Order: sequence, then C-alpha cells, then structure tokens
Amino acid sequence: MTWSEMQPLLEQACWDTLYMVGWSTLIAVVGGLPLGVLLVLTDRGGLLQNTVVNKVIGQIVNIARSMPFIILMVALMSFTRWITGTTIGVEAAIVPLAIGAIPFFARLVETAVREVDHGLVEAVQAMGGNTWTVVRKVLIPESLPSLISSATTTIVVLIGYSAMAGTVGAGGLGDIAVRYGYQRFETGMMWITVGVLAVVISAIQFAGDLAARSLARRGRGSTVPKLRLLRTPAPAAVEPTKAS
Amino acid sequence: MITTTGLTKVYRSRGREVTALDGVDLHVREGEVYGVIGQSGAGKSSLIRCVNLLEKPTAGTVTVDGVDLTALAGRGQRAGRELREARSRIGMVFQHFNLLSSRTVQDNVELPLEILGKSGRERSRKALELLDLVGLADKAKSYPSQLSGGQKQRVGIARALAGDPKVLLSDEATSALDPETTRSILELLRDLNRQLGLTVLLITHEMDVVKTICDSAALMEHGRIVESGTVDELLATPGSELAAALFPVSGEASGDERTVVDVTFHGEAATQPVISQLSRTYNIDISILGAAMDTVAGRQVGRMRIELPGAFEENVVPIGFLREQGLQVEVAGHDGEAAPRLAESAPQLVKEGVK
Ligand SMILES: Nc1ncnc2c1ncn2[C@@H]1O[C@H](COP(=O)(O)OP(=O)(O)OP(=O)(O)O)[C@@H](O)[C@H]1O
Ligand SMILES: [Mg+2]
Repeated sequence: MTWSEMQPLLEQACWDTLYMVGWSTLIAVVGGLPLGVLLVLTDRGGLLQNTVVNKVIGQIVNIARSMPFIILMVALMSFTRWITGTTIGVEAAIVPLAIGAIPFFARLVETAVREVDHGLVEAVQAMGGNTWTVVRKVLIPESLPSLISSATTTIVVLIGYSAMAGTVGAGGLGDIAVRYGYQRFETGMMWITVGVLAVVISAIQFAGDLAARSLARRGRGSTVPKLRLLRTPAPAAVEPTKAS
Repeated sequence: MITTTGLTKVYRSRGREVTALDGVDLHVREGEVYGVIGQSGAGKSSLIRCVNLLEKPTAGTVTVDGVDLTALAGRGQRAGRELREARSRIGMVFQHFNLLSSRTVQDNVELPLEILGKSGRERSRKALELLDLVGLADKAKSYPSQLSGGQKQRVGIARALAGDPKVLLSDEATSALDPETTRSILELLRDLNRQLGLTVLLITHEMDVVKTICDSAALMEHGRIVESGTVDELLATPGSELAAALFPVSGEASGDERTVVDVTFHGEAATQPVISQLSRTYNIDISILGAAMDTVAGRQVGRMRIELPGAFEENVVPIGFLREQGLQVEVAGHDGEAAPRLAESAPQLVKEGVK
C-alpha cells in the first residue's frame, strides 16, 4: 500500500474518530456534569440531601461504569437503532460511546466538586444565595480546572472506546487499524494509525493540561512568562499563601 | 438589633448528641460592637451560625432587626426565599475569608450584588466604592491568591457590606492574622461601626479583641452565656470573670495574716491619691503587689492589687474607706468566690498576654 493510497483513508478515519469522540464527549459532559453535581448535592450533609436519590444514581453509575464497553455496545443495540435508525456506522457508535462516558465523567465530576471548600458554599448561603446559585457561582467555577482535567481524561478514554467501536463497523482510526493492519497484514498502515492515535491523544492531553493549569494558576502565574509555564512540570496548584 | 431567646442547638450524628447551645439569651443593641468570647467548643460558632440560620436552631428564636428569622425558616432543610432575603441583609465575615479563587477581588465583592440581581454597572460602582472604603481600591483586578491575609479579610469585609447590611457577623475574623494585621482589621471594623452605624456581633477567643473594640461582651461556657453586659458594667461587677480576664492583675500575698485587696479605678478616681490617703489616715503600711493601667472600650481603667497587714477582720475599716472613695474593691478570699475563680480563668481566657 502506498502513501497516496493510505492518505485519504487515514484522513477520513481521523475525521470519523473526531466526529464520534467530539459528539460523545459533548453528550457525556452535558449528561455527566449535572449527574456528578447531583451526586454531591444529594449526599449526606449536602444541600439537597436525599439518600434515596443519591443511592439510586450512585448504583446506576456504578453498574454502567463496571460494564465492559463491548458489552455495553451490544446491550444498547436496540436502543441505538431506535435513536439513529441503524446499529452500524459513525452515528450509531456515538450512542454507546456517550452512554458509556456519562457515568465515567459523572464520577470524575463528583470527585472534583467534592474538593470545593465548604466554606465557600456557606459564604454564598450567608449572602442569600440558593442552591442553584451555589452550583453556578461556586461549585462549577471553583472546580473548573479539575473539571477540564476530567473532560480531558474522558476524551482520551473515548478515543480508546471509539477504536473498539470501530472494529464493529463504526469507522474511524480503530477500524482501519484492524481492517488493514490486522486482517490484511498491512503493518505499515497499522503503525501509522497507531502513531496518529498517539499524536492525537498526546495533543489533547497536552491542551487539556495546559488549560486546567492556567485556570488553576489564575492570579498566581501572572508574572511567570508563558514559555516557562510550558516547560516546568506542573507545580502544585495551590501554593501556600503567606499571611501578611 | 439581634435578640435570641432560649436558643438551643443539638447536633445529632450517628446516635450521638452534642448540645452546642443550651438556652442562649443574647441581646445586641443597635449600633454596638458585641463580642462573644469563650474557649474552644463553647458553642460560639454555633451561636453565630444560628443567628443567620446557616445552622437551624433546635429550639428558641432569633430576631434580627425586628424580623423573626426562625419563623421564616420553615420546616425543610432548605432556606426559603424570605429567609434568603433576610440573610442578604446580614453581612458575614469568616476566619478563613472564604473568597472565591476563581474570581477577581472586584468580582468577589460583586457576588452578593449578583445574587440580589443588581445590574452590571451598579455592581461595579458599588464594589469599587466598597473596595475604596476598605482601602483596597488598587487591588480590584487582583485575584485573592495575590493578597496577604489582612487584605483578603478586607475583601471579605467589603463583600459582607455589599448588600448594605445593618448587621455584621464575624466568626473569628482575625484569628488567622498576625497581631498587627489584627489591629488594623479591628480598627476597620470599629470605623465601619461608627461611620455606617453598623451593628457588629463578633466571636473571638482573644481577649485583646474584646478590649480593643467591644462595647459589650458575653462569656460562653458549655453552650451557655455565663456573663454578659456592657464592658463598663462588667468591669464594675465584683467577681466578674470577664472583667478579670479583660484586665488581670497578679501578685501573691507575702505571708499569712495579710489581706490582699484588688482595687479598680474608673475614670476620675484614678487621679486621686487614694492609696497614700489610706496609708496616712489609718497609719498602715501598704504594699503594692501588682498594678496596671489600660484603655478598655475607650476608657481609662486602672487596677491595683494591694496588701494590707493583718487578717481581713482587722482591715474592715480601711476597706470601707476605699469603698467610700467610689472604688471597686474586691478582697481575696471574701466577696464570694471571686478571687480563686479570677486566678483560674484569667490565664485560660487571655491568649495574647495583656500588657
Ligand atoms: N456540625 C456539627 N456536628 C456535630 N457537632 C458539632 C457540629 N458543629 C459543632 N459541633 C460541636 O458543638 C460544640 C460547639 O462547637 P462550636 O463550633 O460552636 O464551638 P466554638 O466555640 O466555635 O469553638 P472554636 O473556638 O473551636 O471555634 C462542639 O462540641 C462541637 O464538637
Ligand atoms: Mg468556632
């Protein structure tokens, strides 16, 4: 196989992967964020303490998370057909990808939001803020750096899942790696695909880390030139602040 | 301005019960700075958190500016609209500042105004005005992490004032600060109290704080208020633990058959040469064991521990003379259990040594 043969295939596969991952990430964030926040709010001592709701959501999330993606994909087939009208192709892959990623992201959100200092919540309550205000003005903005890291992790995991979805006819990089590399012994094609995946994942991880770090450093790194920020390993996000 | 009656708070967790407040009756008058002092675990934070119902009292009522907040609380654990509105008119500052790290100083001060639904322009005008008031006009665009502890607390105070509150609650606002910064923050609170007529209820475990800015004070022990009143009243109360802690004098009797007397001077009496008069009139030798002069609540107060020869019974007349001069006199071992309690409580209460 020559490069001119491979190139359009790879290009198409890249787009397919980004399309699948992009949409499923979006859905995972839209679904997982409220779910994760709800897990914190309904927990014991939370603003909306509700043991039943908390246990139910927690159990659903646990079950969905413990299910291997391949099984989830198969289990969701009829649901996928009902939504997209088909069970193969890029669109059809988005359904199990998104549904698999929602609980994954929700747990990460839960952890991130739990880290927010309760004193801040109390301060907003003392100002007369309601629960929604607390979520909007405190929980989300204060945990934003962690949330971005969580989203990055979710994207990386989704790229892995999408390669798996690719093997059952969804297209994308995983699909051509298996079809050409494994089934037709085009080792060159396989390695190039692997290389492209590695580059894509590194780039996303890098961009995510950078965004999270610069947000966490708000007000701290203003005197540090950007370039140094890129080279130095992540400093602890919270530096001990000196009392005057 | 703030009145609590029979305020009781019982924490229940996993079958265990902790009574943090046990029938607290507190009365804070309009425009005064009221200090609540007590040891760790006495229930001070529980009290102040019950005042704006961050913590829901188990029993009793809280009235702030004529509004019965306990009646607004409803039965559920979530705060209803009326209670939230009432809270927006009560400012609160915290020991650990509780500023949002994701927002600039100005945006932190604007937060309560956002909650009140004020327009963008009005918010920034008000926020800048308040930052100016607390002396941080040049830090509006900084982030909290770029500020010192004292500056952070100033932002916290500016934020607490954003809703034009009549009442400011302060839970150990200066406990995370060094003595000098503490002084400047207390001065700021004092100024705000005078300029804006702000009623301040503050919690502290430092006697110095009470001494510097409080008009009235209360001592809490095991969820109860054991002593309260204006600082003047307290100083004039024989056997008052608060007075003794506010203003300790020390000194041991030099032997048996001696009478130790604590004399407190207020204002004018301080200028009269009472001790030498006493010595001359009754022809007795007086040793001064300890003495201190200080300004409490903006007033000169002096305290002196003197020793008279002979047992109490022999000194009834000279002690009567001192009382006649309008001085507050306490005799160690008499006047109830005043003296031993004094000696016990003073070192516990006074953390930063009183000079
Ligand atoms: N949320 C809670 N759950 C259970 N017990 C609590 C809770 N908050 C406080 N307590 C208990 O109530 C008592 C009073 O606590 P509180 O925080 O009011 O004391 P404090 O006077 O403010 O002490 P400190 O000076 O250490 O801040 C303590 O015994 C404490 O353990
Ligand atoms: Mg406390």
